[in-house]
Amino acid sequence: MEWEQPGIVLDTHLHGEGDLVVTLLTPRGLWKGLAKGGASRKQAALWQRGNILAARWIARTADQLGAITGELVRPAAALAMAAPETLEILNAACALAAGALPEREEAPESFAGLLRLLAGIDIPGFALPELCRWEVALLRELGFGLDFSSSAGGNDRLAYVSPRTGRAVTLSEAGEWVDRLLPLPAFLIEDVPARPEDCVAALRLTGHFLARDVFGARHKPLPPARAGLYERLSRSLEEKQTHAG
Amino acid sequence: MGGPELDNLIAQFARLPGLGPRSARRIVLKLLRERETRLLPLTEALRTAAAAVRTCSICGNLDTQDPCAICANPHRETRICVVEGVADLWALERAHVYRGLYHVLGGTLSAIAGRGPEDLAIAPLLERVERDRPDEIILALPATVDGAATAHVLTEKLKPFGVPISRLAQGVPMGGALEVLDEGTLATALRARSPA
Repeated sequence: MEWEQPGIVLDTHLHGEGDLVVTLLTPRGLWKGLAKGGASRKQAALWQRGNILAARWIARTADQLGAITGELVRPAAALAMAAPETLEILNAACALAAGALPEREEAPESFAGLLRLLAGIDIPGFALPELCRWEVALLRELGFGLDFSSSAGGNDRLAYVSPRTGRAVTLSEAGEWVDRLLPLPAFLIEDVPARPEDCVAALRLTGHFLARDVFGARHKPLPPARAGLYERLSRSLEEKQTHAG
Repeated sequence: MGGPELDNLIAQFARLPGLGPRSARRIVLKLLRERETRLLPLTEALRTAAAAVRTCSICGNLDTQDPCAICANPHRETRICVVEGVADLWALERAHVYRGLYHVLGGTLSAIAGRGPEDLAIAPLLERVERDRPDEIILALPATVDGAATAHVLTEKLKPFGVPISRLAQGVPMGGALEVLDEGTLATALRARSPA
């Protein structure tokens, strides 16, 4: 058994003294393999979380762990290291993909979305809105898609999502339930710029469904990297609003 | 093979870094063949080290005295270099390029592996900085995703003390040709370029 595919490094664990068990996201889905000498000085830069590789997996039979080798295509980890927020986004995305996606099941939308996010990780203002859009795609691919199909007309627009059903509701439909609904930022459904407060709202929205449907169903909490990102961003937004007020 | 004592000795050696069962057997054979010149001095050295070496209560270094020789040296500069482990501290000492003090964190933060600030010596570092007010804090952490995340968190926590914080540069190693460097190192080297 053998394949050659692009891959994204999601997680690594030391195996013995010099090898790594690597988790990659590939067009074939989440895939694990043994990177021989992966912890060595020569290969350490390659197997950093978030890096995009040309990966090669080889095993005697399909159900074996197999051996993985790779060649660096885009050093997303090195590009993200300089800025704390970018690094947090990279960690959150990789932790979500590693924790949410099933092993060896194709997830083309999640793969393409994460590839896009990591390829542009160093573009200012790109990564955070892209993470939010990717989380919507991840939910959809895992079978917990949010329903943005409700029709809105005239001055009415989709503005909230029901935390119970995941269905979007319009401003007029929200009525007295508005306090119980999750705000739906416009950039998730239209091609409009995302402000910081929109991104925080989007992370709250997707975080609710990821925690309840994806991780909650497995009796796991939302990965600390993702929970920490939302907490820090919402705290910094609150501080900004307090200073402005 | 030669009784449980021998098997146990081989197993103990085989657990050490860089050794496997085959190397462990060779070492044990060598020691037993040269009992007077190898085995007994090694036994004595191990017993002495186990009794005498302790972790420095200030910086986390390993030494036979507490505070360690570095912390107790009044001629050291009052700047603190934060390192991941004792091996990094030893590497910097071997280079003879740094004459300040150290703080051993005992690892790096990892949101994915679930290693939080409470698992590392971050609280003692903050107490030390507040108490001693060093001239500078140098974050000499690994150039990995977890190392960089730890450096960002430490920078955030240390900022309120008003002490200058710096990080080790990343880039082209001594004797390194550009064509053999990985793309990540090249990217960071280019970003961290300095005026000629």
